[in-house]
Amino acid sequence: MQISISEINEIINREAAGDGSLIGALEEIQERFRYLPPEALILASERLGVPLSQAYSVATFYNVFSLKPKGKHCLTVCMGTACHVRGSPQVLDRLETKLGIKAGETTPNHLFTLETINCLGACALGPIIVSDGEYSGQMSTRKVDALVKSMMQAEAEA
Amino acid sequence: MSPLQSALEFESWRAGLASAWDDTKPCVRVCDGTGCRALGSQKVLASLRQEVGKADLATPIEVVGTGCPGFCECGPLLTIYPQRISYQRLAPADVPEIVQQTLKNGEIIERLLYTDPQTGEHIRREPDLPFYKRQTRQVLEFNGRIDPTRIEDYVALGGYTALTKALLTMTPEAVIDEVRASGLRGRGGAGFLTGLKWELCRKNVERAGSGYIICNADEGDPGAFMDRSVVEGNPHAVIEGMIIGAYAMGVHEGFVYIRTEYPLAVDNLRNAIRQAEAAGFLGSDILGSGFEFGLHVRLGAGAFVCGEETALMASIEGRIGEPRPRPPYPAGSGLWGKPTNINNVKSWAAVPIIIGRGAERYAGVGTPTSKGTMIFSVVGKINNTGLVEVPMGISLRELIFDIGGGIPNGKAFKAAQIGGPSGGCIPAEHLDVPIDYESLTSLGAIMGSGGLVVADEDNCMVDFARYFMTFTQQESCGKCVPCRIGTKAMLATLERICAGEGQSGDVEYLLEMGDHVKRNSLCGLGQTAPNPVLSTLRYFRDEYEAHILDRRCPAKVCRGLITYSIIPEECNGCMVCLRNCTSNAVSGSKGEVHTIDAALCTRCGVCKNVCKFDAVLVC
Repeated sequence: MQISISEINEIINREAAGDGSLIGALEEIQERFRYLPPEALILASERLGVPLSQAYSVATFYNVFSLKPKGKHCLTVCMGTACHVRGSPQVLDRLETKLGIKAGETTPNHLFTLETINCLGACALGPIIVSDGEYSGQMSTRKVDALVKSMMQAEAEA
Repeated sequence: MSPLQSALEFESWRAGLASAWDDTKPCVRVCDGTGCRALGSQKVLASLRQEVGKADLATPIEVVGTGCPGFCECGPLLTIYPQRISYQRLAPADVPEIVQQTLKNGEIIERLLYTDPQTGEHIRREPDLPFYKRQTRQVLEFNGRIDPTRIEDYVALGGYTALTKALLTMTPEAVIDEVRASGLRGRGGAGFLTGLKWELCRKNVERAGSGYIICNADEGDPGAFMDRSVVEGNPHAVIEGMIIGAYAMGVHEGFVYIRTEYPLAVDNLRNAIRQAEAAGFLGSDILGSGFEFGLHVRLGAGAFVCGEETALMASIEGRIGEPRPRPPYPAGSGLWGKPTNINNVKSWAAVPIIIGRGAERYAGVGTPTSKGTMIFSVVGKINNTGLVEVPMGISLRELIFDIGGGIPNGKAFKAAQIGGPSGGCIPAEHLDVPIDYESLTSLGAIMGSGGLVVADEDNCMVDFARYFMTFTQQESCGKCVPCRIGTKAMLATLERICAGEGQSGDVEYLLEMGDHVKRNSLCGLGQTAPNPVLSTLRYFRDEYEAHILDRRCPAKVCRGLITYSIIPEECNGCMVCLRNCTSNAVSGSKGEVHTIDAALCTRCGVCKNVCKFDAVLVC
């Protein structure tokens, strides 16, 4: 994803004028670009008057932040307890095999990022996968195959 | 609207809204909470609005999206008022039929009703569903009734009346006395008396000149989602509780620290704060009382440890979420060094109920030491997954079997894990113990935030303990050695046991290390992290021993201890497992019995999942 310095500045300035929260600013940048480019940390630390070391520690401490760009599509497997007892480890395993990457990684063609999340709190639907914001519940290895196939097909046609 | 200036103005607004609220008017309420949304409720809602709009109905019918009523298992849920007909597991395709048959002709569509699994009987009305019948809904009372995006709905049902009462007719001390008399204990899990905590904070605020209050909505326990549902479905109750608390403690600024993983709750909360500001419940000179209070939202960034109060405050201050030693407690020195009171979502939401209806009535529910109701999210191997609110003191058996509908597929109940990664499990022999703070603690579990995960005979308790230890090990912030190294050492041992490489002495090591981590860790995360291991060791030591001594996983879960094979009599050579096996461990040709090469097999279980003839054997 192309980053825009002016957009980053805009977000930081808005935060500086409001609560002045470093985490708040980084959260917004993360949401917009799906990762924190190095420029964002530098600009945020300068504008908000926080040492760069603190910005970096925050960016690496919290799970929502990523310093690496993510793929075009994001697949997130819920690893909450309810999902676990209903078989999320097998679901994750299958996704890792199908995509050829481990959780937390992005495919070399930058199409897919595979992630895990601690709990989405939609426990009736476990195991759950969120693909590009869309929830798919009661997943099985078979349903994983179908999901990956349809995403790859859509990508090939695009 | 312009901010309300007095009790009189509030009363006339409230009276108008209350008289316009009419439960006898036809209305369709659809759950628009996260659980039902994940099941497609928004499509149902959109289609319903469209169909109702174009249908030729005798009386206009309102369509409302509500917060979560709790019965997630059967979502998307819909209730038709005034009869309160409950339809479940809906798809957009069902909508035209609902509009034509039920809304227009008053006929019931039986296939959309809940079917009692025991009797096979269809149940028409929402209040008659076994899931709801035995609940005592106080905090969740409005969930499923009001539109959480409309302050008017909340006020029509009596919302903000308690605030008016507190601000304009009670002294701050009287408010604290009332909360203390209610016996309310912190619903975040530790169970400290809320009234006492408030009193301590008030005294310190008086001395320091200012302070803060915080709502802890950083609900990180996997398998717990009650805080989300309360904030999502009835955000004004939390806000009202916080304003009352701020008044009682003499504080003028507050924060809600909420998980970023809960986007809908964040949206509804922010919207509700804007509405409360516009109505004059937040800001300066609230309702003409001269009291001032402002409320801010801070998003958690995905760190479980931030649910711990000192880590949470560090995070609000913009730093990494590392806890610090207590004392000083937040009530003495909290956010930015000022006296601070932190309560959980459910504690705050209980405050308007206590002030509005009186402490005596609130304390009338529950046990002598645990008053009021508790909300549990009942998940895992249970028929009725969902959110339930029950009086303190109810038995686990009632909760799991009567309300929760028991275990699916005729499997046997094995354990209930209460309190998430900080809690412990309770086996079948203690199913009749009453649920209150003391009983659960004596059994090695904790009340915690109310997450309750049911495990059945197919779940391995060693794997369960390993799961929680993996979680706490990853979420350990790393600041103190006992937690950073201790959880790692315990996890490594559990992983070895699950991989079939357990050694004699492992159990003793886990007990010893667990004790160290509990006693020496800096914060609640580490102090409770060994609980899942220690409680499974207490009740299921035989399973650990089977893994270590017999190299056997009784529940057939741990991969290092199981093998997959094909039952020749059942296999018809359809090649499905062979095609699906990613490690080329299955061999055979069309129409012939297949075999699995144990050396190549990774025990992923795909073959068993895809086999239509139950020909794959795990042992």
